[in-house]
Amino acid sequence: MERLLEVKDLQVSFKTYAGEVKAVRGVSFHVDRGETVAVVGESGCGKSVTMQAIMRLIPMPPGVIKNGTIIFDGKDITKLSEKEMEHIRGSEISMVFQDPMTSLNPTMKVGAQIAEGLIKHQKMHPSKAREKAIEMLKLVGIPNAEKRVDQYPHEFSGGMRQRAMIAIALACNPKLLIADEPTTALDVTIQAQILDLMRDLQKKLNTAIIIITHNLGVVANLAQRVLVMYAGKIIERGSLDEIFYNPRHPYTWGLLMSVPTPELDKNKRLASIDGTPPDLFAPPVGCAFAARCEYAMRICYEKYPEDFPVSDGHSAACWLLHPMAPKVKPPVGKGVTL
Amino acid sequence: MVKYILNRLLVSLITAWVLVTIVFFLVRLLPGDPFLSEKVTPEIKANMMRYYGLDKPIHIQYVTFLQNLLKGDFGYSLRYKNRTVNEVIKQAFPYSADLGIRAVIFATIAGVTLGIIAALNRNRTWDYLAMFIAIVGVSVPSFVIGPLLQYVFATKLNLLPVSQWKGFSYTIMPTFALSLGSLALMARLMRASMLDVVNQDFIKTAKAKGLSPFQIIWKHQVRNAILPVITVLGPVTATLLTGTFVVEQIFAIPGLGKFYVLGIQNLDYSLVLGMTTFYGLFLIAANFVVDIIYGLIDPRIRIAK
Ligand SMILES: Nc1ncnc2c1ncn2[C@@H]1O[C@H](COP(=O)(O)OP(=O)(O)OP(=O)(O)O)[C@@H](O)[C@H]1O
Ligand code: SF4
Ligand SMILES: [Mg+2]
Repeated sequence: MERLLEVKDLQVSFKTYAGEVKAVRGVSFHVDRGETVAVVGESGCGKSVTMQAIMRLIPMPPGVIKNGTIIFDGKDITKLSEKEMEHIRGSEISMVFQDPMTSLNPTMKVGAQIAEGLIKHQKMHPSKAREKAIEMLKLVGIPNAEKRVDQYPHEFSGGMRQRAMIAIALACNPKLLIADEPTTALDVTIQAQILDLMRDLQKKLNTAIIIITHNLGVVANLAQRVLVMYAGKIIERGSLDEIFYNPRHPYTWGLLMSVPTPELDKNKRLASIDGTPPDLFAPPVGCAFAARCEYAMRICYEKYPEDFPVSDGHSAACWLLHPMAPKVKPPVGKGVTL
Repeated sequence: MVKYILNRLLVSLITAWVLVTIVFFLVRLLPGDPFLSEKVTPEIKANMMRYYGLDKPIHIQYVTFLQNLLKGDFGYSLRYKNRTVNEVIKQAFPYSADLGIRAVIFATIAGVTLGIIAALNRNRTWDYLAMFIAIVGVSVPSFVIGPLLQYVFATKLNLLPVSQWKGFSYTIMPTFALSLGSLALMARLMRASMLDVVNQDFIKTAKAKGLSPFQIIWKHQVRNAILPVITVLGPVTATLLTGTFVVEQIFAIPGLGKFYVLGIQNLDYSLVLGMTTFYGLFLIAANFVVDIIYGLIDPRIRIAK
C-alpha cells in the first residue's frame, strides 16, 4: 500500500510558566492510503497534540515543534507556509473533534458551515456549494436534508451534530480524516451509529482515518492498525490482531485488562493500572512506565528501551523483549473479548 | 420568530404600565404642591387645583391620567401657561434624541472596533492603548470631559464651535463627551467576549477547515463575540438618552434637559410626569427593538421562546 503520511521523530513541547511540558517526545508512525489507524493511551499522553501538529493547529506560543518531519502526500508539512497550510487543512486533511455540541458555530446555518470549505477550496459558487452541502448531509444520514441545511446547530441533536461535523470534514473529499475521540461525548447507541457511518464512508470515499479513542471497542470495530501511546511516546504498535491477541508491552496489557467484558466475574474487580503517568516536565530517562510496571528491572530505570520488533509491523518498546530478559507470561492476550 | 416578538411585546407593555404607575405615584409623593411659591390667594389656588383636577381623589386622577395617556395626551404644563406637555416634547425632544442617538451609534461602532483591535493584539501596544482609553472613558464623567473638550478644541485650537446645535461640527464634541463612558464599556466587553470566543471549539473547527485568519475572525469570532455587546445596547441607549441632560447643559443644546430640571424645581406634576413617561416608553421601545435585533443575530434565542 502507498504511504500517505509519514511522521518521523516528532517532538512537541509547551513552554509554560512552570517549565517546558514535553508533550510529544519523539513519535514516529505512518498511515497508508485508505487505512484506519487507531491511537490509544490514557489522558494526557499526547494523542491530541500529535494530531494537532499534523494539522499545524498547535497554538504557538506556548507550543513549539522542537523536531521532526511530517511528510504528507510527498510534502513536508512542517516546512509549508501558513498560506500553503490553509490549502491542506479541510481539503486534504480534515479533523473531527470530540464535542459536537461546541464544535459548530452556533450563529451559522449548518449548511453554510459545510459550504464554507467548498467555497474556499474548490472555488465553488455558493448556490452550488449549498447543493453539495445537502448532498453531504444525505451522505452522513441526516433525514430531510433539504430542510436541515438551513437549520442552526441547536436544532440538531448531539448525534446529528457529529454527523454534520463529519459532513464538514468530508465535504472536500480529504485524503486523511483525523477523528479525535469522535464518539466520546455521545451516548452508546449513537456512538455505534457514528462508527458505522465512518466505516461506510471510508469504504465509499477511500479516506484514510486516524482515530483517537479511549474505547477499545471502537478500536476493534474500526481500525486495522493500533498505536499505543504512553507519556508522549508510542510504546507499542501493530495490527489489530497483534495488539489484541499478542500484546507485548505491560502497559498494553494493563489497557486490555481494564476493559469490562460480559464474562467478567461479578466478584472480581475490574483491573486498573495503578499509579499516574510521569511528569512531562521532567520525564524519566528510562522507561516512562517503570514506576507503574510490576515487571520493571534495573535497566528499565536507566535506559529507554528501543522498539523491539515482534513480527512484521508489530513492535514494542519494552526491555522484556530483549533476548536476555526473563520470560514473562502475559496476563492477557488470547482471552480478551470485546 | 412571531411568537418571540409577541412575547417581547407583551413584556414591554407590562413594563410600560408598571413604569407609568410608579412614576405617577412618585411624583405625587414630592413634598409641597405646584402653586406653593406663587403669591396667590387660597381661593385662586383652590380654583387652579380644581382646574387641573388636583382636588380629586388620587385614584380618579390616576384613571384620568391613564385615559389621557392612551390617547397620546400628556396633559397641560402647570407652569408654562397654554402649552401642552406634548408641545414641549415635540419642540425639545428632537434635539435630545439627535444627540442621544448619535452617541449610541458612535459608542457602539467605536467601542466594538476598539474591543476587536484590543483582542486581536492581545497584550501588545494596541491592546494597552485601547484599554487605557477604556479606563479613562469609564472613570471620567461627561461633565469633566465636556468642558475639557471645549477648552482644548474650541478655546485653544479653535477647531470646533464651543456650544449650541446648528450643524455637524456642533455635534462632534457633545456626541463624544456623552458617548465616551459607554464606548469604553462596550470596548471592554467586546474585548473580553472576543478572547472568550477565540478559545471555543468552533474556532478550532473553522481553522481545521482551512479558512484564512480574516474569514475566521469576521465570520466566526466577531459574529459570536458581539452577542453580549448587543445585550447591553438597551441599557446603554437608556444611559445615553437620559445622560443627554448634563451634556445639553454644558453645550447649551435646546433639548429636553432644561425643561426637566425646571419642571422638577417647580413641581410641575404633569410636565415631569409627562416627560418621564415619554422617556420611559421611548426606552422600553428601544429595548424592544434591541431584543428583536438580538433574536435576529442569535438563532438560539429566536426559537427558544
Ligand atoms: N496549550 C497547551 N499548553 C500547555 N500544555 C499543553 C497544551 N496543550 C496540551 N498540553 C499538554 O500536553 C500533554 C498532552 O496533551 P494531549 O491533549 O495531547 O493529551 P491527550 O492524549 O489528547 O489526552 P486526552 O485523552 O485527555 O485528550 C498534556 O500533558 C497537556 O497538559
Ligand atoms: S521496559 Fe521495563 S518498566 Fe518499561 S514496560 Fe517494559 S518491563 Fe516495564
Ligand atoms: Mg485529546
